[in-house]
Amino acid sequence: MTTLKILKYVLYDVLRSKMIIIYTLLLFAISFGIIYTGKDVSKAVISLLNIVLLVVPLVSIIFGTIHFYNSKEFMEMLLAMPVKRKNIFWAEYAGLSAALAAGFVLGTGLPLLLYGGAKGSFYLLLSGVFLTFIFTALAFLASVINKDKAKGIGISLVVWFYMSVIFDALVLVLYFVFSSYPLEKATIIVSALNPVDLARILILLKLDVSALMGYTGATLQQFFGSAFGILFSMGFLFLWVLMPTLLALSVFNRKNF
Amino acid sequence: MNKIKYILIILAITALNSFGKEIIVNPGESIKSAVQLSVKGDRVIVKEGLYKEAEILIDKPIELIGEGYPTIDGFSKGEIIIIRSDSVTVKGFYVNNSGFSGMRDYAAIRIEDSKHCNILSNKLINNYFGIYLAGCDSCNVMYNEAASNAVTESSSGNGIHLWKCSYILVKNNTLTGHRDGIYFEFATFSRAENNSSFNNVRYGLHFMFSHNDEYVNNVFANNGAGVAVMYTKNVKMYNNRFEFNNGANSYGLLLKEITDSYIENNNFTGNTVGIYSEGGTRLLIAGNEFNSNGYALKMLGNCTDDTVRGNNFSSNTFDVTTNSSRNSNLFMGNYWDKYKGYDLDKNGTGDVPYRPVSLFSKIVEETPEAVFLLRSFVADLLDMAERVVPVFTPESLIDETPKMNRVIN
Repeated sequence: MTTLKILKYVLYDVLRSKMIIIYTLLLFAISFGIIYTGKDVSKAVISLLNIVLLVVPLVSIIFGTIHFYNSKEFMEMLLAMPVKRKNIFWAEYAGLSAALAAGFVLGTGLPLLLYGGAKGSFYLLLSGVFLTFIFTALAFLASVINKDKAKGIGISLVVWFYMSVIFDALVLVLYFVFSSYPLEKATIIVSALNPVDLARILILLKLDVSALMGYTGATLQQFFGSAFGILFSMGFLFLWVLMPTLLALSVFNRKNF
Repeated sequence: MNKIKYILIILAITALNSFGKEIIVNPGESIKSAVQLSVKGDRVIVKEGLYKEAEILIDKPIELIGEGYPTIDGFSKGEIIIIRSDSVTVKGFYVNNSGFSGMRDYAAIRIEDSKHCNILSNKLINNYFGIYLAGCDSCNVMYNEAASNAVTESSSGNGIHLWKCSYILVKNNTLTGHRDGIYFEFATFSRAENNSSFNNVRYGLHFMFSHNDEYVNNVFANNGAGVAVMYTKNVKMYNNRFEFNNGANSYGLLLKEITDSYIENNNFTGNTVGIYSEGGTRLLIAGNEFNSNGYALKMLGNCTDDTVRGNNFSSNTFDVTTNSSRNSNLFMGNYWDKYKGYDLDKNGTGDVPYRPVSLFSKIVEETPEAVFLLRSFVADLLDMAERVVPVFTPESLIDETPKMNRVIN
């Protein structure tokens, strides 16, 4: 119950800052623009894919970090009361990630829905929601281990850059170095190590079926296209939400404010 | 007076004979014996019903006509109708259950060394081979439907099979569940028109060494490996549809050692590879639609002097890929939906050339697993860099006159 009560104040705080509303409107404008100016819906979904994979993690992690540092005084005030630390943490996390996810679903989902739902839009939204939860968790983890706000934001940025760019570049180098070995299974394992890649593959399976059916993508298609594969990627995405959150929570519990 | 009467009657009989007489076959009677009784020019009419017969040999020019689609059931014993005579017509039958053999190509209807035969409006269900023409000339195969239940390539036959034929017209047939829907082997000066070939185990259309043929208005969809044309020159393929041929070794249209041929106004939709060309020389690929394919056009390095002109490329994952760093083909006046150039003089042609081969497709060509990074930020970044300064992709593979809008064919 205490969690829900705190959650109410967190949501109030998040909405008051208006960032979330700007975020929603921005997403809405971009999605609407892409869908209605483009000639081809599937192309629009591909453009939206880039937003989901780049913008959503960036906004989630930066906004999450800023929010955490800004709520520090509020949290300290709560800690002086007979409230469990666990409750405070969950309320903060749930409030922020739910607000960001709702903003994303409204901003991107509404134009898609108005269009009548293009191929792959369900997975697009699902992946976006997962990424929101994951990167908010990472934001909390980055801020909870650092007292300094600037340093926290710096770490968040590095994490985002690593997940979005560096990781894939490293994978590409890996492919070049080990190109004479069969890498199909390794690819599946590697994909589990980065939620952005997992999300991308989930959506691609709906968009680029023909290309992935080819000799090159057959293993990916067979694995991730199967019920087990979907369960696998969902499971790992879920794990990616859970692990940073629990880690952040344990640090938060022992943290000396 | 009596004499005149007799003469008239004899005259009438000879006249009837020369126009051919009609022999009616009812259920319970034998088609085979009716055919044996008939003479040149007769018409054998088979009434509706079930006839359990096989190896019906037609060795004289007659017409075998089914009324109300009678069924000839071969009960999996050998061939069902065998034609070894010129000018035979077989029309309006269900021909079901030919034999199966690893040694001989049993067919529901086989025509050997004959001319001017017509196989019309038959329905061929569950046969090894459907219609098999060997050494024939000037025959028509029209409005037939062949459906079988092939599972593997080695245990199934082709819908319509031509072997060493010329001037054959294959028109308005529907072929499904065979190994190859239509197979032309050493078939020259022939024409396949308005056929629909789908859900076959191997190829929708397959031809080898079949020069000077035409393929017009056919639909090839959901076949195991699409359409394959090999070792042939002077082929014309117009207005065909190649759809949803998906799989590791599947192509909308596979070209191997094809020369001096025309591929125009066809539609390639949803294939893993739209056109795969190996050793295609002096081809004209023009006015085609490439839509939602994995790879629209895969041209290997041994393709030379081909012209790719006025095609529409839209929503393909990759537009053009090649395994070579050189290019000896001409790309011009195509519409590419990925083109980002501008058209200042508003003449409909972009002012900046377009390079259809992306660096990422080249990477995937060399390291297949890298397809994992498809549409990632890194892949887009690499493509952008390569577009500005081409280093790895063939420099001369370039469309100097890309169209700003869809080409209307």
